[in-house]
Amino acid sequence: MDKYTIENLELFYGDFKALKNINMKIQEKEITAFIGPSGCGKSTLLKTLNRMNDLVEGCKITGTVKLDDQDIYGKIDVNLLRKRVGMVFQKPNPFPMSIYDNIAYGPRTHGIHSKAKLNEIVEKSLRDVAIWDEVKDRLNKSALGMSGGQQQRLCIARALAVEPEVILMDEPTSALDPISTSKIEELAMDLKDRYTIIIVTHNMQQAARISDKTAFFLLGEMVEFDKTETLFSVPKDKRTEDYITGRFG
Amino acid sequence: MRKYSENIMKIVFLTAACVSIIAVILICVFLFASGVPAIKEIGVSDFLLGDSWKPNQDLYGVFPMIIGSVYVTAGAILIGVPIGLLCAVFMARYCPKGLYKVLKPAVDLLAGIPSIVYGFFGLMVIVPLVQGSLGGSGKCLLTSSVLLGIMILPTIISVSESNIRAVPEYYYEGSLALGATRERSIFRAVLPAAKMGIMAGIILGIGRAIGETMAVVMVCGNQAIMPDGLTNGVRTLTANIVLEMGYASGLHREALISTAVVLFVFILIINLSFMALKRRADR
Amino acid sequence: MKKIGKGSWEQFWLTYKNKPGSLAVLICVILAAAITVGVLFSLIIYILVNGVVHLKPELFAWEYNTSNMSMMPAIISTVYITALSLLMAVPVGIFSAIYLVEYAKRGSKLVKVIRTTTETLQGIPSIVYGLFGYILFVITLGWSYSMLAGSVTLAIMILPLIIRTTEEALISVPDSYREGSFGLGAGKLRTVFKIILPCAVPGILAGVILAIGRIVGESAALIFTSGTVAQVPGSLFDSARTLSVHMYALLSEGLYTNEAYATAVVLLVLVILINAFSGFIAKKLATR
Repeated sequence: MDKYTIENLELFYGDFKALKNINMKIQEKEITAFIGPSGCGKSTLLKTLNRMNDLVEGCKITGTVKLDDQDIYGKIDVNLLRKRVGMVFQKPNPFPMSIYDNIAYGPRTHGIHSKAKLNEIVEKSLRDVAIWDEVKDRLNKSALGMSGGQQQRLCIARALAVEPEVILMDEPTSALDPISTSKIEELAMDLKDRYTIIIVTHNMQQAARISDKTAFFLLGEMVEFDKTETLFSVPKDKRTEDYITGRFG
Repeated sequence: MRKYSENIMKIVFLTAACVSIIAVILICVFLFASGVPAIKEIGVSDFLLGDSWKPNQDLYGVFPMIIGSVYVTAGAILIGVPIGLLCAVFMARYCPKGLYKVLKPAVDLLAGIPSIVYGFFGLMVIVPLVQGSLGGSGKCLLTSSVLLGIMILPTIISVSESNIRAVPEYYYEGSLALGATRERSIFRAVLPAAKMGIMAGIILGIGRAIGETMAVVMVCGNQAIMPDGLTNGVRTLTANIVLEMGYASGLHREALISTAVVLFVFILIINLSFMALKRRADR
Repeated sequence: MKKIGKGSWEQFWLTYKNKPGSLAVLICVILAAAITVGVLFSLIIYILVNGVVHLKPELFAWEYNTSNMSMMPAIISTVYITALSLLMAVPVGIFSAIYLVEYAKRGSKLVKVIRTTTETLQGIPSIVYGLFGYILFVITLGWSYSMLAGSVTLAIMILPLIIRTTEEALISVPDSYREGSFGLGAGKLRTVFKIILPCAVPGILAGVILAIGRIVGESAALIFTSGTVAQVPGSLFDSARTLSVHMYALLSEGLYTNEAYATAVVLLVLVILINAFSGFIAKKLATR
């Protein structure tokens, strides 16, 4: 099943064309990786998928982005879209409140206030990201006291707590140490049974390790999009080959 | 020669830097030295807790004025803080650039208007309004609170605005990405992060309100009695000083200076809590 | 397929139709800003509309007497007192900031004490300054109600403002300038006066202008220090009333509302000009 269908997508920051004629279909319950040198548009494309680009002044979009056949730039409630499409940021960004309140923030936003229900959600989300045992005794402590890796997993748990269908990850491990990174990678692979995951990474090995499909971007263009194995072993485009063999980037 | 002048100037700079220390010491010493003996003479509890201020009968109880100041300040906070905080949110998070160029100077100007002009405006506009709609003389607790609420707006707004702006953008984005509305993201994710700074701003506002003199004296009614109701007159500590200092003598004059001592102690407490909060907010 | 714009009403409706709470908050936020601006404009317009008609030429006559409440002496006194206060506060404030920024060791005990005291000074209400000035200068030193007593009081009052703005201006001068000057063999003193201070002038100036605004608007601290005599002062030890005090005196006598209106107009225009000028300098600073 196609989760996202992107057709003729172009994106402008003022006069600058940041994305050029993107066409792609993103599969459900798979990990899709976006790779490419910095400034290639991979993060920009990610942010069009939950309309975080709306925050950028002077940002214009043409073409269509469909989530399950619904045009997300059409007549929709953006808040509901973002509930369906969770996001994990480059730098872990837990709110300055307790671990519990961080997880409960999303459900509360969407109208869940029953204490029992919230407890259940908090526990389940933290178990999903495998830090329940580490933090269960200090749920009321500030989330800012956790380590970077724990914070990032908390942020993933926070995203899971609103029961999204898709999780967007914007270079989620670039601020983390190698051990935390591998934990996040394992987590992503565990989660793909239940969620569609799209991950932007500057780390080609990471894309090769965890993703099912990979898209390579260069200067706002999608150069190649294929099964990860294929893209890394027999790239069709010369530019992809140059990039994955490390000739630039 | 050069070494010589370097050293001389260093001492000059150091001396200048010590002027503010000397000033604070002088203010404390002279105020307490002139005010405390009168408190002793009147009796600490008669002075602080006595509920009648009748200089012609040698009765000097400032309790009604303390309560008056507290009420008026509380009213000003009740009015000024919500409006100021929401306005700061507007300026930091909603305001289009073009409008900001009007709004920011407007808030600065609000801070620059002399108290006496505020008092005059209160007297000519707010007093008749309150009189017309609620009866009474119009010079009352409510009028004073409204006027002071307006006067502390710029303090609340500028301190809150800069603290809201200092909150990293990723709290806001993190909340939006969970499907929260812009409003929920600002009020539940951004504002809690700016809490300490905003509290510091409110305390600064309290200091302004409790110390304000010329505007309040025009609109508060100035009855030296326990305040009893929103539309009845009150007298604040500051008003007490201004009203009677011009003609007072002897113990009466000293009692007025003692009134200033009470006010000064209030202000010192407020200042200390402001500094403590600011330090925590800066961390 | 037609796109709906980010700022369109349709998008707005789609976002808020299920979120009445958020919509209410949004309305409150806009309302609060509107109230703030509304209050300011109604104050300015009210004073100007009612006051301008009372701005008669004779109010600017040289002489103040019982038949003509001229504000000219008050204007002149305001200029005198402003100049005197600045003359005292600006050098002390600048030197003090130079010590704090260029000489003192960061976090030394003295710096902490100075910071605490300047913050304390900043929080003291003007009426307390007024009484202090009255006790120390008027009574103890025997200067009686005088321009000098008023100016010294105000100088202490604006000192923290001058120190803070100068400090900020000095800190914003890049360290490379200092290093460059030291590198050429210039001493510390020369560096401060020839290199750092000139760079900091606009910032200091913006602070001085703000201080002028505070002096012009001050009344509570002056009533019991420089007194309320409405004549042009002949010497430092003569009593003098500034415009704000003049306005207070007119109002407390209760008979001169029209003259008070006229004075309010002059004060308001002065304050607007002062604010505009300080804003202009701040903008210059920002674009530099």
